[in-house]
Amino acid sequence: MSLLDFITRMLGKDVDPPSKTVAKERLRLVLVHDRVNVSPKLLQALKEDLIRVISDYMEIDESALEVSLSSESDSVALVANIPVLKMKRTFRA
Amino acid sequence: MGEVIVITSGKGGVGKTTTTANIGTALAVLGHKVALVDTDIGLRNLDVVLGLENRIVYDIVDVTSGHCRLKQALIKDKRFEGLFLLPAAQTKEKTAVNPQQMIALCQDLKKEFDYCIIDCPAGIEQGFKNAIAGAEKAVVVTTPEVSAVRDADRIIGLLEAAELREPKLVVNRIRPEMVKKGDMMDIDDMIDILAVDLLGVVPEDETIVVSTNRGEPAVLDSESKAGAAYRNIARRIAGEDVPLMNLDGEEGLMERLKRFFGFRRG
Repeated sequence: MSLLDFITRMLGKDVDPPSKTVAKERLRLVLVHDRVNVSPKLLQALKEDLIRVISDYMEIDESALEVSLSSESDSVALVANIPVLKMKRTFRA
Repeated sequence: MGEVIVITSGKGGVGKTTTTANIGTALAVLGHKVALVDTDIGLRNLDVVLGLENRIVYDIVDVTSGHCRLKQALIKDKRFEGLFLLPAAQTKEKTAVNPQQMIALCQDLKKEFDYCIIDCPAGIEQGFKNAIAGAEKAVVVTTPEVSAVRDADRIIGLLEAAELREPKLVVNRIRPEMVKKGDMMDIDDMIDILAVDLLGVVPEDETIVVSTNRGEPAVLDSESKAGAAYRNIARRIAGEDVPLMNLDGEEGLMERLKRFFGFRRG
């Protein structure tokens, strides 16, 4: 830690995170995408599981179902677009 | 029957060839019979790192294509009992060898040697596929940089897809003083990201440059820190429990060792 960093910290001001923290965070995000690309099978399997679960509660348009990962600057989200055709009045618990 | 281990990384320049040369030499010094195989066709380098460049007559393509027998192509390192090199071809294409030929070659080498260590080319194309085809175990070399760690992650995925489960990680060129300042990822960061077991940590060390200049692997230099780290890695490959070396008083290394190698003390 440099003297300047030390003084800033003593004064209670925000210090930039160490560069290794930045590196780790950037890697974490980029690897989420890399790993999905390595296995498109994973997204396909997830899609099929989603269809199975949701079909217990509502009728969905399976052909129009879209699942993807979207990344913001500091997070990654699983985004599913699932058109609903009909709600079921009853459901099997 | 011996063991076939591929040394890979994805990214170039992280130290695959240096790691192969040093692990192989250290295993030979420990008394094992070792064959080092350079699969980087067109860009061969393991021969110069080992100081054997003047003794090449035949190469890997001569063997796989049947132009010579395996024994004719294997160069015996006169300095150590039991160390042999099968050099890559320098003037051919990667496609001069195919994965089936590599599997057959590794089968033959396993009969003669305790360890067959394969130096993999950078990249994920044909050369990589050839190098891993006959391997039973994989060592992934990385450095503490985002580019190298990212490529290592991709390689680990491809190794697992090719049924080479549980690759082991070597973190090369770590600089303890930068880690201390928070300007370099530490071992725990990389283990956390890559989710693989650690085989060893090699510090950045100028003696590597000197040893490569001379064609004498650093494991032979008792003063070299990197050499000591590679000797430890070789002993771990041979099944010994060896603690991680203390890199400038970095704390927690012993704890990590216990976790990864089941090492217990008192």
